[in-house]
Amino acid sequence: MGGDLLTAEALAAGYGPVPVLRDVDLRVPSGTIAAVIGANGAGKTTLLRTLSGMLRPTAGRILLDGRDLRGTPVEQLVRRGVAHVPEGRGVIGELTVEENLRLGALWRRDRTAAARALDEVYQLFEPLARRRRHLGHQLSGGERQMLALGRALAGRPRLLLLDEPSLGLAPRVVAQTMALLRQLRDDTGLTVLLVEQNVRSALAVADQGIVMSLGRVALAAPAARLRDDADLRHAYLGF
Amino acid sequence: MSATRAAASVRAAAVDPARRGRSLPTVVRHLVVAAGVALLVLMVSYQLDSFRNFQLATVAAYLCATAGLTVLTGLCGQLSLGHGALMATGAYTLALVQNAFAERGLTAGGLLVVSLVVAALATVVVGAVVGVAAARLRGPYLAGLTLAVAVVVPALTVTFDGVFNGEQGLAVPVAPAPAGLGSYFPHERWQLWVATVATLLCLVLLANLVRSRYGRSFRAVRDDEVAARLAGIHVARTQVVAFVISAGSAGLGGALLAVLAQSVSPGAFGLTLSLFLLMAVVIGGLGRLAGAAWGAFLLVALPDLTHSLTNLFTLSPAAAQRLEGNLPLAIFGSTLIAVMIAAPGGVQGLLSRLVRALRARWPAGRS
Amino acid sequence: MDRFLFLTLDGLSRGAVYAAFALALVLIWRAGRIVNFAQGAMAVAAAYVAYSVTAATGSYWLGFGAALLAGLLLGAVVDVAVMRLVDHRSPLNPVIVALGLVLLIQAVLGMVYGNEYLPARAPFSRTALTVGGTAVLSPYDLFVFATVGVVGAALVWIFTRTAIGLRMRAAAFAPEVSRLLGVNVGGMLTLGWALASGVGALAAMLVIPTGLGLHPYAMDLVFVSAFTAAVLGGLDSPPGAVVGGLGVGLLLSYVSGYAGGDLIPLAVLALLLTVLLLRPGGLFAPVTARRV
Repeated sequence: MGGDLLTAEALAAGYGPVPVLRDVDLRVPSGTIAAVIGANGAGKTTLLRTLSGMLRPTAGRILLDGRDLRGTPVEQLVRRGVAHVPEGRGVIGELTVEENLRLGALWRRDRTAAARALDEVYQLFEPLARRRRHLGHQLSGGERQMLALGRALAGRPRLLLLDEPSLGLAPRVVAQTMALLRQLRDDTGLTVLLVEQNVRSALAVADQGIVMSLGRVALAAPAARLRDDADLRHAYLGF
Repeated sequence: MSATRAAASVRAAAVDPARRGRSLPTVVRHLVVAAGVALLVLMVSYQLDSFRNFQLATVAAYLCATAGLTVLTGLCGQLSLGHGALMATGAYTLALVQNAFAERGLTAGGLLVVSLVVAALATVVVGAVVGVAAARLRGPYLAGLTLAVAVVVPALTVTFDGVFNGEQGLAVPVAPAPAGLGSYFPHERWQLWVATVATLLCLVLLANLVRSRYGRSFRAVRDDEVAARLAGIHVARTQVVAFVISAGSAGLGGALLAVLAQSVSPGAFGLTLSLFLLMAVVIGGLGRLAGAAWGAFLLVALPDLTHSLTNLFTLSPAAAQRLEGNLPLAIFGSTLIAVMIAAPGGVQGLLSRLVRALRARWPAGRS
Repeated sequence: MDRFLFLTLDGLSRGAVYAAFALALVLIWRAGRIVNFAQGAMAVAAAYVAYSVTAATGSYWLGFGAALLAGLLLGAVVDVAVMRLVDHRSPLNPVIVALGLVLLIQAVLGMVYGNEYLPARAPFSRTALTVGGTAVLSPYDLFVFATVGVVGAALVWIFTRTAIGLRMRAAAFAPEVSRLLGVNVGGMLTLGWALASGVGALAAMLVIPTGLGLHPYAMDLVFVSAFTAAVLGGLDSPPGAVVGGLGVGLLLSYVSGYAGGDLIPLAVLALLLTVLLLRPGGLFAPVTARRV
């Protein structure tokens, strides 16, 4: 499976009269991990919200596997294979772990496939299996991370959009998350686009680094280059 | 007017409220306007027939209530679904006082002033009780409490029917117009005069309040309670004050209605009246006294219009009665829904927008 | 003692109706964060539909079914055609619109059916059965308990055991996240309104035969009592609504029995005032603070 899974062309979006994304071009090849990094206010979260349809773009196109996503309502995105884990993870505290996970797979009409997906998630995240009946708000930060990811994976997505997965988590948990992403990419060919403040962890696992600044893509380069080329790092990432 | 001169005059006005030369102090300005309106009403009252005079008097009575309600809900942000019950309090108090006077043989017309004041004060007390409870509540809880008041208070006339005479209500003895005006002076014109004076006084008080420190506190509490508290405004006390004042004016309005109808009964002051009042201030424009005037006018004009409308069709008396009683409510209800969806600023809001749009096209000559 | 037992059972029967109505209010509150002040008027409209259907077909049960259907439909229509169009940013707006609906619905009912009290038959006898010499429940009371119990159980089952119930709860708790998971949040809200309105219609059908008759304003005091019950139990808590409803029913029954029926409105107001002043969050205020 080659080719670009996700393409954005001349994408622009904003909130009312305030433009946030000005002219974004990016390509994420299928089966790779792309990390979007940049300062606060660069438009990273807005980018994800526009890609998943929560925010309507004012200009430009979004292509998923060649098909234009314009006009697709948010609720339909799961069916197209896009799972978006929002900032803060969005674990529904009033529902149990099991109910949260079921939600992720609910869009499938095929109940057996959904049940199988759920089993796979429990196998992947053993602690969740143990705390099946606990309410979301009773979980620790790391467990919520697992739950949010598990819920997204329960829908068997092709593209995973992650907004700041490392936010508020212990370094060990962050490392585990990143390792998991790498594993999923290698084992299942999952494509991941993650927005991250934690540049080092993101670049450690990513194939591509997309640096955003003031609503534009300042640089899109292989992550290895961003890691190793000191001048490039200084110029775009400040360290 | 150049920008710097405009800025200077704004600064100066903020610093010195009793400015000499540029404008009169607020109170005087309001009294002058009130006097002008009174004069206008005086002249008009000689031109209109008795029924129209009576209707205009009714508008004045409702205006007391709608003005108070728009201050409470529009300015201070507290929704009250119970102002019909407050009008009932004023009306029944006036009825009881007038009956008490009559029983003692005190029939002087001037005593009406006493009755009106007592009615307003009694409602102030009730308003204080409800207001203290309401000050601790927000949103649906406040609405629910005032709704309960609206539903329950009229039912009290049946509970204590020894005093209030239940569903039949009480008669309100009112002295006729003073002999000095002539023996053929139409009673309705006198009613209009009384109502106008009372209402204008009430409005002047409210208008002054709105422009005063209290008015600013009301708005501050409505817009952001936390910020208001941080600015040193005692939120609960402000809310109670707003409630009390709006209750007083509603009570005055109810008392005036009792004077006009010369009777009180619970049927006239049910939940529907409270909803009517709310509708009137919303359609007129929440928070603006001019909007309250529109609302009061609508409350009287709409049933009148629907009455004319139903008379156009030949209907059986039963059908006509059904239509007449309910068509105004149906129109009120749908108008309320339409206004809240399409133009939440009400009539006054639309007018303001229109005025602003016009001003933008034809800038003022002075520069 | 006999009287106490009788009043208690009678109060529980009334309370079951308040519980159902309070449940309807709580359903909409949890789904959309508003109190549906038009609930009473919508319920009474459904009862009028039953009246017409029963008059046309001669069957009480057809009318009963029609009322429930009408309730479901009316709830959906009100949400889609009215509530969705309202700007919810100001908390006053939906309340005022609901009140406009009250005026409109009651007026239309008055125009079509008139403002007199229409007879409302009870399907079962309302005379209390005697067990060992003491007056206990009437067949009608048993019918009320059974119906409310069944509907309550059905709602619990729907919400906790079905996929659509899960979607409805998710849509109510976290609308944005739910959309990302493929839940049709708007549709779930409409469904919530439909269910709530259906339950309200049921409550109206159960309570109106016990009063003065069918009348456009027949549900006003019931609304206030059920609202009190919902606040007493906590607007976020369905079990609280049920307990609150039963409690209010009991209280009003004792007041009516020992102090006189015309003190009921005052008792409701006093109870509401007390609850709002002492524990506005309700007796069953949930532990987790909801993000406002």
